[in-house]
Amino acid sequence: MIFGRKRVESADSEQGSIINKETEGLSQGQIVRKKFLQHKAAMIAIFVLSSIVIFVFSALKQKIGPWTYPGWWRYGIEDLSDLTTGCKDGLVGCPTASLRPQWLGGAGIGLGEHPFGQDDIGRDYFALVMRGAQRSLMVTVIIGSIGGVIGTVVGAIAGFYRGKVDSILMRFTDFIITVPAIIIGSVIGFHFGNLGVAFLAFYLGLFAWTGLSRLVRGEFLTLREREFVDAARVAGATNRRIIFKHILPNAVGIIIVSVTLLMSGAILLETALSYLGFGVLPPDVSLGLLISQYQESFTTRPWLFWYPGIFIVTIALCINFIGDGLRDAFDPRQRRQITRKDRRDARVLKKASAHA
Amino acid sequence: MFAFIMRRLGTLGVILFGSSFLLFNLAALSGDPVGELRASNEPDAEARIAAITRSLRLDLPPPVRYFIWLRGILGVFVGKFDLGQTRTSEPVAVAVFDAIPTTLRLVTTAAITAIVLGIAIGIITALRQYSRFDYSMTFFSFLLFSLPIFWVAVLLKQFMAIEFNNWLAEPTIPPTAMITIGLILGLIVAAAIGGDRKKYWRVFFITAAGTVVTLVLMLQLNWFLQPSLGPLGFFAASVGAALLITQLSVGLQHKPSLRAALCMSVLGLVSYYPVNWLFNKENQPLVIFGLLLLTIASAIAASIFFAKIDRGPVVRTAVLTGILTGLLMILDKLMRTWEPYFNTDAVNGRPVPTVGQTNSLLESDDYWISLLDVAMHLVLPTIALTAISFAGYIRFSRGTMLEVLNQDYIRTARAKGLNERTVIMRHAFRNTMIPMTTIIVVDFASILGGAIITERVFGWTGMGTLFNTAINSFDLNLLMGVFFLTASLALVANLVADLLYSVMDPRIRVGAGA
Repeated sequence: MIFGRKRVESADSEQGSIINKETEGLSQGQIVRKKFLQHKAAMIAIFVLSSIVIFVFSALKQKIGPWTYPGWWRYGIEDLSDLTTGCKDGLVGCPTASLRPQWLGGAGIGLGEHPFGQDDIGRDYFALVMRGAQRSLMVTVIIGSIGGVIGTVVGAIAGFYRGKVDSILMRFTDFIITVPAIIIGSVIGFHFGNLGVAFLAFYLGLFAWTGLSRLVRGEFLTLREREFVDAARVAGATNRRIIFKHILPNAVGIIIVSVTLLMSGAILLETALSYLGFGVLPPDVSLGLLISQYQESFTTRPWLFWYPGIFIVTIALCINFIGDGLRDAFDPRQRRQITRKDRRDARVLKKASAHA
Repeated sequence: MFAFIMRRLGTLGVILFGSSFLLFNLAALSGDPVGELRASNEPDAEARIAAITRSLRLDLPPPVRYFIWLRGILGVFVGKFDLGQTRTSEPVAVAVFDAIPTTLRLVTTAAITAIVLGIAIGIITALRQYSRFDYSMTFFSFLLFSLPIFWVAVLLKQFMAIEFNNWLAEPTIPPTAMITIGLILGLIVAAAIGGDRKKYWRVFFITAAGTVVTLVLMLQLNWFLQPSLGPLGFFAASVGAALLITQLSVGLQHKPSLRAALCMSVLGLVSYYPVNWLFNKENQPLVIFGLLLLTIASAIAASIFFAKIDRGPVVRTAVLTGILTGLLMILDKLMRTWEPYFNTDAVNGRPVPTVGQTNSLLESDDYWISLLDVAMHLVLPTIALTAISFAGYIRFSRGTMLEVLNQDYIRTARAKGLNERTVIMRHAFRNTMIPMTTIIVVDFASILGGAIITERVFGWTGMGTLFNTAINSFDLNLLMGVFFLTASLALVANLVADLLYSVMDPRIRVGAGA
């Protein structure tokens, strides 16, 4: 039953011919781009993620250098206002957003004063969640870029030069793996106080590159034995040129994919650290901090728990789907599913060529 | 090979030395162990500070203290292993070795569930690439990948513990809910089994109807308060296990294996009452261990009786069936313990706990009631840990299986006329397991020190909690003790993974070059 399989051989050859038709005369980059654009889940994820980024960063007032961007949301994270009353079960500060129209007995479709409710001292929870999401996105990008750069450089050098350099760098990687990032965090916290979220992300990035460097090293070890590298060397190319012009472009797939995974891991790492009290500290806000502050109030005031969680999950989910789309696009063996439309197109083409 | 292992062990020692030195000094800089006492105005504060300073040698600079610590560690070679003392003058080694069983209990169940489920689902999705099942499992695994564990934990506590306990006070399921559950299960099973459209709908309807009938029966028999399999249910489940294992390991057409496996089920049924009588005796762990040996012995006897030649696969099938049958019997016994457990004063009708390792109020000499208590406390953390880690296994085993299925040796296997079961289980599955094994080994080592958050959310006191306390109270020796154990485990696991890889895949040679 589990082993049933139907027409794999014929489907294979049919699939092969359709895919070959599609990629005829295209460069590697064009094929990758085309495959990525056809990946529906990744496209939806990109759309959702960029909407979230724009939405979240435009919501609040913030200072950019000498300018102050006003933000379209009426509250900031420090503004206190009176707690909403008239909620169910005598609670205060409940969300005012409502989707039920008045003629159905609801409060009408609209956001109200505090769409996500208020926290226990009356701060607007929408503003807090927006700030938390900003922090989490920032952490993700910083960890991703720092970890990505270090991991690529270390892996590339180790894989390209092999021998002594390789063993030293790989043992150094093992060394970094054994040092827990939490300790470094608490040392920095003790000596310099709360240095803010960008700094936190920076030092987390310094420890997040180990997995990536191993992958890149493996890829470089294989690629440097290939014929085109020999050809370049015979033609007199320098090591630098071989690394940047010949090997790196071929390894870029695996790098991009692992960096997306690194980023989706980073957002969870930041929330976990904040939860344990080693990450973002009050008065600053992050999604993980919000959840950990209000986890006890889940039974009484669930909105304090749901909204930050939903933002974390959505952001991480989008990054994972984009990573999956990229992996499919960069993997030459990965074949797209043949849709009914493709089969029809192929039949039409065949007929046309038979008639011609 | 030997030279390679020795060289790697040497480097491993150097790395451990370097990182422990760095960590020790960093941690010594991170805070003052007696800071709290300095700030307090208790009368004996001065004396206690002096005492702690003396016992932890705080008067010496950190690098010097490191070498005192290192001398304790190196004492292992002369038989005097010493990890120092905690702030409260307890030997660190005792604290650490007390915490290990707790962490192991927490992590092992979750890891095994995650590995078995993850690999099974991953391989099925690879075999059904681009099917509805594949897409929904991909989505599901990404969703699990994206969940913070403490968030899941709060949800689990609310819905699986508090609300479930409330529901158990008066277990009823409204008809609409019953039908919904049936439809959802039907969709999942039908999608996993696959086949053409006709078969799909047939499986769907059978599963959905079966689920609804089962639920009605369960409610009628008051199964949620007095669950049990009974001899007949037990026998049916055991025969099912026998068929499944035979199909997976050698195929149902292999008569000796099928007979040996079914013989084990019959033996299980025959010994149902005697074994349950034994279960009520003293000294249960010994009884269970004895029964396990007996099961294996009888499985080997059965396979010798049923197979005249080529006994290896038959023994394997019979032993696996025997062990599964034994587990079913234990499950049945635990189910029948449910009612007395449910009605004890300590539990008082709320059997799913939200925090803790065991119920300290529970006063019972009955081995099974305390076993069930331990099991119930494991339910929520295990679900949370499994949910988080098995997504990774699904993705990884799916990817590896797809890669393996594209290899030439799979085409060869098919071309020489092997049936699909043999191709998948013998040729593809075994090759998929090579990279999986290395990942599992490394994961298992890292998971030992890594359940910090889970332990905290569910109120367990294992390695993670020790680590957390050590950081928060600047307890240097405790921190180094935990670190030393987890770091050396992780490094050894990496080495074991490399060696396993070369044992399982002869194409990989260790020690060549590097």
